[in-house]
Amino acid sequence: MRLTEKPWIWAWVGTISVWGVIVAISGLAAGTEVLTAAASFGTFFVLVAIGQMFVVTLGPGNVDLSIPACMTLASTIAMKIMNGSEAMLIPGFLIVVAIGLIIGTINFALIILLRIPPIIATLSSSFLYLSTAIWYNRGLRVKPPEALAEFATGKIGVLPLLAIAVLILTIIMHFVLHRTYFGRSILAVGQNEKAAHLAGIPVERTRFMTYVMCAVLAAICGYFLAGFSGGAALNMGEEYLLMSIAVVVIGGTSVAGGFANLPGLWGAALFMFLLVTMLNTLGLSAGYRLILTGAIIVAVIAISGKKR
Amino acid sequence: MMNDLPVVDVRGVGKSFGAVNALQGADLVVQPGECVGLVGHNGAGKSTLMNILSGVLAADTGKINFSGHAVTAHYGVGEAKQFGLRCVFQELSLCPNLTVAENARITHPQINGFGWRKHASALISKWLDEIFPDNGITGDDVVGDLTIARRQMVEISRAFSSMDEQVRLVILDEPTSSLDKISADQLLAFVKKFTEQGGSVILISHMLREVLGTSDRIVVMRDGTMVANDATKNFDRDRLVREMGSVLAEETEETNAVTDRRNTSKVVHIPSSDGIELNVFQGEIVGFAGIAGQGQTEKLVQIFDASNGSKNGVNINEQAAFVAGDRQAAGVFPGWSIEKNVSIASVRTMVQRYLIDPLQEMNISKEWKERLGIRTDDLSNNILSLSGGNQQKVLFARALGSPSQIVLMDDPMRGVDIGTKQDVYAILKQEAENGRSFLWYTTEMDELKHCDYVYVFRDGQAVAELPSHQVTEASILNASFDPAAAA
Amino acid sequence: MMSRLLTANTMRTLLPTLSLVAILAAIFYLQPRTMSYFGLNLLLNLAVPIALATIAQMFILCVNDLDLSLGAFVSLTACITATWLYDTPVLGVLALAGCVLAYAALGALIHLRNLPSIVVTLGMSFVWVGVAVLILPTPGGKAPEWIRALMTLKPALIPFPIIATLVIALIVHFGLMRSATGVVLRGAGGNPLSVERAGWSLLKVKVTMYAISGLFGVLSGMALVGLTTSADANIAERYTLLSIAGAILGGSQFVGGRVSPIGAVIGAITLLLTGSFLSFLRLNPDWQIGAQGAILILVLAMRMLINRSDKRS
Repeated sequence: MRLTEKPWIWAWVGTISVWGVIVAISGLAAGTEVLTAAASFGTFFVLVAIGQMFVVTLGPGNVDLSIPACMTLASTIAMKIMNGSEAMLIPGFLIVVAIGLIIGTINFALIILLRIPPIIATLSSSFLYLSTAIWYNRGLRVKPPEALAEFATGKIGVLPLLAIAVLILTIIMHFVLHRTYFGRSILAVGQNEKAAHLAGIPVERTRFMTYVMCAVLAAICGYFLAGFSGGAALNMGEEYLLMSIAVVVIGGTSVAGGFANLPGLWGAALFMFLLVTMLNTLGLSAGYRLILTGAIIVAVIAISGKKR
Repeated sequence: MMNDLPVVDVRGVGKSFGAVNALQGADLVVQPGECVGLVGHNGAGKSTLMNILSGVLAADTGKINFSGHAVTAHYGVGEAKQFGLRCVFQELSLCPNLTVAENARITHPQINGFGWRKHASALISKWLDEIFPDNGITGDDVVGDLTIARRQMVEISRAFSSMDEQVRLVILDEPTSSLDKISADQLLAFVKKFTEQGGSVILISHMLREVLGTSDRIVVMRDGTMVANDATKNFDRDRLVREMGSVLAEETEETNAVTDRRNTSKVVHIPSSDGIELNVFQGEIVGFAGIAGQGQTEKLVQIFDASNGSKNGVNINEQAAFVAGDRQAAGVFPGWSIEKNVSIASVRTMVQRYLIDPLQEMNISKEWKERLGIRTDDLSNNILSLSGGNQQKVLFARALGSPSQIVLMDDPMRGVDIGTKQDVYAILKQEAENGRSFLWYTTEMDELKHCDYVYVFRDGQAVAELPSHQVTEASILNASFDPAAAA
Repeated sequence: MMSRLLTANTMRTLLPTLSLVAILAAIFYLQPRTMSYFGLNLLLNLAVPIALATIAQMFILCVNDLDLSLGAFVSLTACITATWLYDTPVLGVLALAGCVLAYAALGALIHLRNLPSIVVTLGMSFVWVGVAVLILPTPGGKAPEWIRALMTLKPALIPFPIIATLVIALIVHFGLMRSATGVVLRGAGGNPLSVERAGWSLLKVKVTMYAISGLFGVLSGMALVGLTTSADANIAERYTLLSIAGAILGGSQFVGGRVSPIGAVIGAITLLLTGSFLSFLRLNPDWQIGAQGAILILVLAMRMLINRSDKRS
């Protein structure tokens, strides 16, 4: 397959062009700095987008709208229990993972038991998670343990530590998607659910594991984001709902399901961050930035759509 | 009659889908005031011809005239309606979320303005009462809440209903499939009345009793063309069954003694309280026959689910593999290479250290590409780059390459060329000799000759069992059609 | 069997009404003072814009789509109302008409390219907020006098929100559920193929439904500004979720063209009242949003149970 046929190539072409513009305006030194910042912020986008991508790949109608609520709830509980103590780092992380497991299970249980579309199930459950988070901590910000903040903001050279960790995770997930039975099952279900069933794939078990994985990744993202931004806040997940879907779509994953790729997620996450930076550099206001973001998402999906 | 021209005059119409010729030179003439019965076995071309008449499909060749008006290339659903042609297809075409009266409004755009609901309700009720007296359906009933039989009644009544326009020809495709006996008789009585008043009807039904009892003339189709066309009084059930088959029947009068099953272990067993119990022995090729849509596919899926652990009344001890016949809907993974399409049913056994071993995956695809002769130079090409027949071979490779010892086949040779078929038959024989068992639903008579044992299905049940030496076209057709017509 | 079918059906239809009556009774019990003209007026203050937004969402649900940009869209129209419509009415009217046209175009795009509405509307929500931020970078603006006057009407005996929501429900009911044209629009949600075979254009249906939805979105934004007297770019952010929840609560189904305008309005009011109910209950206000989610899940669970018993009979 030629390079131009790779679905993720366009996100990267966009990233490089936008970065080129930034360098042309503000010089190479500023350009490098921007790239580091993009890696820091993009890491969090990628982390939730991986989970969202696997869910979207399950086929039409599959999308997890509870990601922001899950991030908020998991990080709020973890931060309060850790209460800044470094000895609690690992237990805190395990708590976060456990919350992800529980949320994923609840989401899937609603989908199956109430026979409702995933979008409604995750939407209504997200209200509950958010309320629990508010009730649990009254919206107060608890400081993360020093070590967590250091890790989340730490760098090796120009590369953020967390970015390296998520990069490794991305590579692992690439293998999960293409080389494990689980990944094959997700792709098969997304392309043709009936054929997947008749090929002996446990369709419901695959969906269950995918929703749980998505929730766990969102919870972990919340944990590190709290470390990165000095604590868990109620609105910390806000932009991650739209962003997780935007990154998945721009990264070349099919919203019709059955096709996914991981390199595109990084391309799209960096692109989204750099685009904002570029528009800021050009002196354009937040309004234009938002309009352009939306227009790009709609254009990408319209071009990839099939004519009726 | 006021008009001597035929309502519809079809001459030499041909239609092919890829390599399959669904219709070749089909002729059909329907006079005003005539009910024509149209019979034929699966794939004879009845439905294709009706879809062309109603404007859903376009014919490749031939001429069609409606009351003397030649049909143009732009012929479509709208024009067919203007000619006064109405269709009742097997799949229901009502909107389940609307009421009966509202559904009538969908096909009668002229019902509009103030009080439209009353008009629509009165119109549909008039025809419902005319065709099915005492039907108990009102215009305000929501269609989705009605039973299937009542929905069918609404559908039929809507087709006959007319405002100011004239309904000249109504096509009824298996109209009684979900009606009870009383309603079915009411409909057939109405058809007679309708034709006496000058309307025309084409009646397609596998209930031969109904065709013999209702139509004025019967046309028999086989292999996309008309093989018999005669007044109904010259037909009886035996002649119809004979004309539908391609070879003259040599009736074997043996009893269905089950003596020649294999002496191997039983791999599938479905007990039955009222009908025939279903058994498959190791190494057998067992055929499922009968008219299309009599529950054969559902039975195969039920067996498949049981092999995956569902408790549904089927006794089966090992994992089965499935070969889908409806490639698009249930077989092909359109985004994948040929290799991945072959290996998907086997990759679970190829996992080493959490990862699928690519070498094993490639080997199994290569092996079955060779054995089945899948025509491609590169297994990493997308599956859709293959022709239909070769895609079907990929589905066979998927099942045969898997470790499953039981293979379920759901009419897999639909629209496949003869060369491919011969290749696959040979492999199946070979695999059966190696101890694999096959359950094979097929609508093609010739394929049943490859089976050791055949079950004939009707109304979702196996109603007859035939050992291989009793499998003839006549015996299969005989068991496929309702026995009541013999009387 | 017919009678059992009927009861299941009646129960489905009654479910939203019963929820509303239950919550209203609970509020009256906890806080008898609300059982007055003034009390109801206060309680139902925001009912009109929320009901309008829920109706807008219902039109999209009717053609088997979902609009995730509605909250942003209502915010935008609120911003236009509070600025352009106040300063230069002609420009304001043109801009609001443009919003309706944009929705119609979205419907055409989604139909012609066969796109998933979820992602398209998600992308559009960025666009709406972006335009809103450009028009009104900081909270402010002013409500046009006539809208303000209309929204603060004090008719005799019955509070304005009750009359207004009733009128909205009835107009949409007659337009969509009782008119001959409405039948085709709903039929396209129930069995698109058969509607197309009967000679109707599915493109026209989709464009019409999106345009009507846009119109109600515009009305919702205008009504909101009439109550709040000013706007900001995120003023109706929560309307996306509220409108979906309200429509579903009111008996609309996700697919199959089964919708209920009266139910949608009732659902919207029920959701609005849960907030007041919880505060009267002196329940932690933290659970406000959660209660909305819980109610939605509860109603869906009850509907599922009704459907199941329906199938069994």
